[in-house]
Amino acid sequence: MLIAISFYSLAFVSVAAAFMVVASKNPVHSVLYLILTFFSAAGLFILMGAEFLALLIIMVYVGAVAVLFLFVVMMLDVDFVELKQGFLSYLPVGALVAIILLLEMLMVGAAYFAGETKTVVVRDNGVSNLEAFGQVLYTDYAGVFEAAGFVLLVAMIGAIVLTLRKREGVRKQIPSEQIARTKEKGLKMVDIKPGVGIE
Amino acid sequence: MVIGLSHYLAVAAILFTIGVFGIFVNRKNVIIILMCVELILLAVNINFVSFSTHMAESSGSNPMAGQVFALFILTVAAAEAAVGLAILVVYFRNRGNINVENIDLMKG
Repeated sequence: MLIAISFYSLAFVSVAAAFMVVASKNPVHSVLYLILTFFSAAGLFILMGAEFLALLIIMVYVGAVAVLFLFVVMMLDVDFVELKQGFLSYLPVGALVAIILLLEMLMVGAAYFAGETKTVVVRDNGVSNLEAFGQVLYTDYAGVFEAAGFVLLVAMIGAIVLTLRKREGVRKQIPSEQIARTKEKGLKMVDIKPGVGIE
Repeated sequence: MVIGLSHYLAVAAILFTIGVFGIFVNRKNVIIILMCVELILLAVNINFVSFSTHMAESSGSNPMAGQVFALFILTVAAAEAAVGLAILVVYFRNRGNINVENIDLMKG
């Protein structure tokens, strides 16, 4: 009973917050509702028994992605009221597609579950979620795991390359020139004649 | 009342639909579109994890595979958000606005 109550409250909050992400006028509010959605989804994950992924979702989405979104929304000085103007004109088509999608998915689900009474067996073999995760992640999926690391590396390099820009009039340190500097280039021996001084 | 696999799948379906709906409705605002993509990926993640935790252990298959896959989806989603927002920042720097409708100006 407690599980049912928490499931329904978490599901309701996540769906309502997801709708507010789409519907709210201010993008900052959208980001905050997105955080709420991810937080409730993490609660759902915990209900399912996937604690590690739940904490990962909070860390990655709430801690990194949502903050990134918030940073960009606040940094870009855009008139967001103007961007919202097409909302009502796109509403009918969007609603139609959404309703068809939802009906299709629910129909497939209903057809799939109608025939069988016992499709679901909850596993409980005494191994914690984190332990079970580690047992497969570094053995069966080690190659894919490293590929995921590579994806993150490429994303990092891509984001830096995209946003890096050369600005004029800024003094920069050029390490290669510093290292290539020799005694002959940097030092000049001058014989000072008496009474003349250095030019 | 027992909360089973179908309940979680229904929540994921609703979240996915809201994400698609948001992309249709907020056609002008790239930031909201990126957020909707994140919502869709979250719905997929819920599907993977619910199948993973509700699947019976059978010979030759490990139910943890779904959760490992959800981890990789999380990775790709984070990378996608980073690169997408970087593109958005560069676009704003060049154009001074983020109207998606003008992005095809070059017809490249």
